[in-house]
Amino acid sequence: MFSAFDFDVIQRALPYLWQGMTTTLWLTLLAMVGGIVLGTLLALMRLSSIKIISVPAGIYVNLLRATPLILVIFWFYFLVPIAVKHISGDSYAQGIGPFYSALIAFTLFEAAYYCEIIRAGIQSVPAGQVNAGYALGLTYQQTTRLVVLPQAFRNMVPILLTQGIILFQDTSLVYVVGLTDFMGAASKVAQRDGRLVEMYLFAALIYFILCFLASYVVRRLQLRITPPR
Amino acid sequence: MDFGFLTQPAFSGGGTYLDWVISGVKWTLLVSLCAWVIAFTIGSVLGVMRTTRVAWLYGPATAYVELFRNIPLLVHMFIWYFVVPEIVPNTLGTWMKQGMPMPEFWSAVLALGFYTASRVAEQVRSGIQSIPRGQTHAALATGLTMPQVYRHLLLPMGYRIVIPPLTSEFLTIFKNSSVALTIGVLELTAQARTISEYTFRTFEIFTLATVVYVLITMAVVVVMQLLERRVQVPGYIGTGK
Amino acid sequence: MKRFSTLMMSLVAAAALLTAPVHAQELTGTLKKIKDTGVVKVGHRDASVPFSYLDDQQKPIGYGMDICAKIVDRIKAELKMPNLKVEFVPVTSQTRIPVLMGGNIDMECGSTTNSVERQKQVAFAPTYFVTGTKIIVKKSSGIKGYDDLKGKTVVFTQGTTNERAMKAYNDEKKLGINFIPAKDHAESFLAVDTGRAVAFPMDDILLYGLKAGARNPNDFEVIGEFLSDDPYAIMLRKDDPAFKKLVDDTVSALYKSGEINKLYTKWFESPIPPKGINLNFPMSDGLKAAIKNPNDTGVGACGRMKC
Repeated sequence: MFSAFDFDVIQRALPYLWQGMTTTLWLTLLAMVGGIVLGTLLALMRLSSIKIISVPAGIYVNLLRATPLILVIFWFYFLVPIAVKHISGDSYAQGIGPFYSALIAFTLFEAAYYCEIIRAGIQSVPAGQVNAGYALGLTYQQTTRLVVLPQAFRNMVPILLTQGIILFQDTSLVYVVGLTDFMGAASKVAQRDGRLVEMYLFAALIYFILCFLASYVVRRLQLRITPPR
Repeated sequence: MDFGFLTQPAFSGGGTYLDWVISGVKWTLLVSLCAWVIAFTIGSVLGVMRTTRVAWLYGPATAYVELFRNIPLLVHMFIWYFVVPEIVPNTLGTWMKQGMPMPEFWSAVLALGFYTASRVAEQVRSGIQSIPRGQTHAALATGLTMPQVYRHLLLPMGYRIVIPPLTSEFLTIFKNSSVALTIGVLELTAQARTISEYTFRTFEIFTLATVVYVLITMAVVVVMQLLERRVQVPGYIGTGK
Repeated sequence: MKRFSTLMMSLVAAAALLTAPVHAQELTGTLKKIKDTGVVKVGHRDASVPFSYLDDQQKPIGYGMDICAKIVDRIKAELKMPNLKVEFVPVTSQTRIPVLMGGNIDMECGSTTNSVERQKQVAFAPTYFVTGTKIIVKKSSGIKGYDDLKGKTVVFTQGTTNERAMKAYNDEKKLGINFIPAKDHAESFLAVDTGRAVAFPMDDILLYGLKAGARNPNDFEVIGEFLSDDPYAIMLRKDDPAFKKLVDDTVSALYKSGEINKLYTKWFESPIPPKGINLNFPMSDGLKAAIKNPNDTGVGACGRMKC
């Protein structure tokens, strides 16, 4: 059926694919930043000794970690604008567009995963450091901000970046809501021109190269920043 | 929220919408469990291969792990479903598309299985490598051969160590099975979406689907904890006992 | 910046503004949303030739898009916003209704059937095309009618009325068809092209469009009696009379002035982008009647079958 491979189709589609790739990269970058910020907050909440703070954070994290990403994307894409309309009582639903609803979904979803990474990172900071902070007269907030988090993040950078690579791969799932990321662009061209084999193999190749290089960089970084013991 | 619509007769096929949900759960479990068999078997072999110092063993295993984990699952699905039948010999390709029963199901199982295998392999490798090297040296010193060291020391200990990370991979496979909807497997997420289309009960049906996924997660966690307790080596793995 | 320039403009016309009442305050629903946000969001399809599809530069074009452009012009005039931004949002058969209800688009300009079922959730502009479900098959498959589909694999696009019509027919005639879902029409058609399915039920006009755009158009044929009647219309949010009136008036005006005939010829009887295919599809009696008598009457859910 596919009498001959036609790799020209890729060349013709390059500008469109690049456009898709910028969407993928923005989505990855913004969701990663948002996820880390929110994840840090959640981690601090989970580590709190006050039940009213730690329990809801725990429920949130466990709920999202038990739910498939695609389902979370559907939740946000279809339901959030309608829910917002009901709550605010506006005369119209204020849709936020496929990109931003995907961004929110990814941020909230990734936050649950980042939370667990960051929590482990915080717990890896020796308790003596905290006590030393208090002994110096620092408050809880100061100790957290100046003593615990900097050390925790230093240890966690490689894992956080690895999670970022996973996130980069996961963004391909926005395909299900028709957002044109790199994969969405590739599959649109594939279907329009009937060139599934070429386009999907090309997409696989690009993802492979980018993720492989990124993991290599992360490994190098890991060797460099591991504190000498 | 009103779940009454679940017992209403569905648009097509004779059953109720609840039957659609049950069928969705069935396919989610089938895809996940079949894929797990592949992932666990191949992942174990690859993981062990990566711990050896034999180039023709760890070389290919490393290449496999790098290749499979650096490509998104969605792309794996598309390649198994759309690309493979077109690049294999014509008769086989035609059979894969027309003769083979449930092509979308088997494509999903293979894609998810081979993809997860690369992740399992990494867990198994790090489990085995976390065993202090002194133990291997001691075993070799007692006159065991390297295969015997694997058989009696590294594998039994390594697998006990990797039970928690493998549990998390096992959980992930259930969640990842939802990606199979992109190639037409009517698993739980796909059924939830279809039902929302037919009944407009989006909120209720998505809630139900989420609850089912949470229940699956809880069930897996309980089973794996039982397993962990059963195979525990007393006084070795720090479980606080 | 925008707010600043608005302010400047108001300063220029200060005297007049101080005395005249401001109309914009009375807006509700979609018109208010457009006024407030300064953006109108138009939903389009990727592969509904020639209604709403992507050209070579991946820009949405088509018969429906042209009609929606007229509506956008009307909105600009009505709201006195000549620089109103237009945002194009791709939708699929499956996402269009939730996306519209959620406010991610303000109107969907594609190939959506006005059905009573959908009217529970959304509203429709006057019918702008009349078609119905047929199937496309490969000539080499030997399929001559629906009953030849017994026990065969049929692909459908998720969320379409054609899916329902075909399934209702399958249930009624007990054909035991094996259905496989696809995300959009291009994917469905490709399933027939690659031999994964033997047939694809869809509105006949879209099938002709897909056939014409195929690499080997002569391998395919569109067959069968109509399984359903599908009047197409622009889809709008429900319970928004002011916006619906604006849209209805715009479409009716196109019909009355005869401008619709020019648009029809442009998309259905002339070469169209990207490949310069001419669909040669003369206007049906059903559409002529709908143009003479603009209406938004919907059709039942299961095509010509009972359900």
